[in-house]
Amino acid sequence: MALLEVRDLRLSFGGLKVLHDISFSVEKGAINSLIGPNGAGKTSLFNCLTGFYKPKGGSIRLGGRPIMGLAPHRITALGLARTFQNIRLFKEMSVLENVMSGQHCRSRHGIVSAILHLPSQLREEERIRAVGTHWLDFVGIAEHAHRLAGGLSYGDQRRLELARALASTPELILLDEPAAGLNEREKLDLVHLIRRIREETGITVLLIEHDMGLVMQVSEKIVVFDYGQKIAEGRPEVVRVDPRVIEAYLGSED
Amino acid sequence: MVDGATILQATKRPRLIRWSVALAALAGAVVLPQFVNAYVTEVATTALLYVVLCLGLNIVVGYAGLLDLGYAAFFAVGAYTSGILTAEFGFNFWLTIPVAMAAACVAGIIIGAPTLRLRSDYLAIVTLGFGEIVRIIARNLDITGGASGLVGIERPEIFGFKLMQVQHFYYAFLVLALLTAFVCLSVERSRMGRAWFYVRYDEDAAAGIGINRVSAKLQAYMMGAVIASVAGCLYAAKMTAISPESFTFNQSLLILLGVVLGGMGRIPGVVLGAILVALLPEVLRGAGTYRPLVTAVALLAIMLFRPNGLWPDKRV
Ligand SMILES: Nc1ncnc2c1ncn2[C@@H]1O[C@H](COP(=O)(O)OP(=O)(O)O)[C@@H](O)[C@H]1O
Ligand SMILES: [Mg+2]
Repeated sequence: MALLEVRDLRLSFGGLKVLHDISFSVEKGAINSLIGPNGAGKTSLFNCLTGFYKPKGGSIRLGGRPIMGLAPHRITALGLARTFQNIRLFKEMSVLENVMSGQHCRSRHGIVSAILHLPSQLREEERIRAVGTHWLDFVGIAEHAHRLAGGLSYGDQRRLELARALASTPELILLDEPAAGLNEREKLDLVHLIRRIREETGITVLLIEHDMGLVMQVSEKIVVFDYGQKIAEGRPEVVRVDPRVIEAYLGSED
Repeated sequence: MVDGATILQATKRPRLIRWSVALAALAGAVVLPQFVNAYVTEVATTALLYVVLCLGLNIVVGYAGLLDLGYAAFFAVGAYTSGILTAEFGFNFWLTIPVAMAAACVAGIIIGAPTLRLRSDYLAIVTLGFGEIVRIIARNLDITGGASGLVGIERPEIFGFKLMQVQHFYYAFLVLALLTAFVCLSVERSRMGRAWFYVRYDEDAAAGIGINRVSAKLQAYMMGAVIASVAGCLYAAKMTAISPESFTFNQSLLILLGVVLGGMGRIPGVVLGAILVALLPEVLRGAGTYRPLVTAVALLAIMLFRPNGLWPDKRV
């Protein structure tokens, strides 16, 4: 059974059809990519998967469990985390506080135990902090833990967003154009990091990416979108020479 | 890994200074009534009441980023619950506090649960209406004493000692203010406190990382309500008589002003804002009929030159 299973997913805004009967799946432990020209509907698909958009029809299953129609926080708790195309950090808070947010759905102490400073509450805080620090370390920005997130360099902000999503200990992580705005050196680091996510944690990765070179390097399967339709799916070397994919890419401005 | 020692080095000194200032202020507050007359003690007691109310509203406005225009309603719920139970049913004052807290919780859920699902601006309108409804109910019921209010509220006793004089209530409010500050500080630095800030700074990102935004907002709203209700209990006991006119829209605005003036978010700023709100009318007594004008100009000046409040919420 696939970890993520999308079937006949449809989405429209008013009269505008954004996704037409999309079906695909992601196997556990895989690194898969979603590519396609601007406006193809990639981000919209992520928004459907994570509960931000309400699809018109179809089904979404995570580990066999239907998740369509659930609120975003419930879906995250079930093991699906994401990053945003335009970085969405809590800029006015510290780097550590940002990454600690990932552990919210994995912890339980509330207002009353915080006021009473219960030992179990203090231990839980300790654990949240430790998990946060671990993921900062994993993406390589632990030395900035006590700086404001908004003050980080662009590349480090991308890393922090990744660390924050990882800190929710997901089974599947969705990365929306993680390489956008990075230079060649940073892109290389990112490829390395994405591989480490799978190798060291076993977390499955689905990423949206414009940089074809990067996509070919990291993913074993690629799904291609154009105008809200899936036009191809398969191994990188097959998809690259698919005439429909070539046409979609040549036909657009990208 | 982070080098813990360097971080400690960097943060230790400001923290030491902060605690010294706080301790000095506390010592000053403790000895104040010994050096001033009853009038000044009365004004200082009002200032402490506003500290409690502003700290409570700060949870809603400063932490969770919700605009509440009817906060005085919860203050009224506390005052009337305690007042009615002691004056009409002979309850012990201390027993009315948990009842008032429960009443505030229920009122908070009734107003908050449906409203907080909607966009944030709806809350401002609904709370504005709620504030007026509570006041109008108090004006029209028999049990609340109608427009003329409730009289004959019992003075609280503690270990056989009856709180009577201004000074006694000054210390009672000082203890309540300290307790509230401790509670706020504890929660601010906990999981739920952080969740409020996540929701305030970026609601979608917060939802995306696993935070139930409706539940987080509702908890902030209810915690604010509970604090106002406890302040209301003690206020009723101090006044022995309360009337609907103590809980007007103006009152709600004044509390909100204290929160915004001080710089929404952090406790020291909010305490400063609360004290200013309580003192401003007294300081400006000399201005006579020009008082509203002078107040407005003073506030405008503060907002122009310190748009983030006098002591803004600077994190880290
Ligand atoms: N909230 C929305 N309301 C209306 N139209 C939207 C909304 N979100 C996305 N769209 C439309 O859906 C289409 C696909 O957008 P998007 O998913 O962002 O594409 P991509 O990420 O592939 O570049 C675009 O035409 C866009 O204008
Ligand atoms: Mg996109």
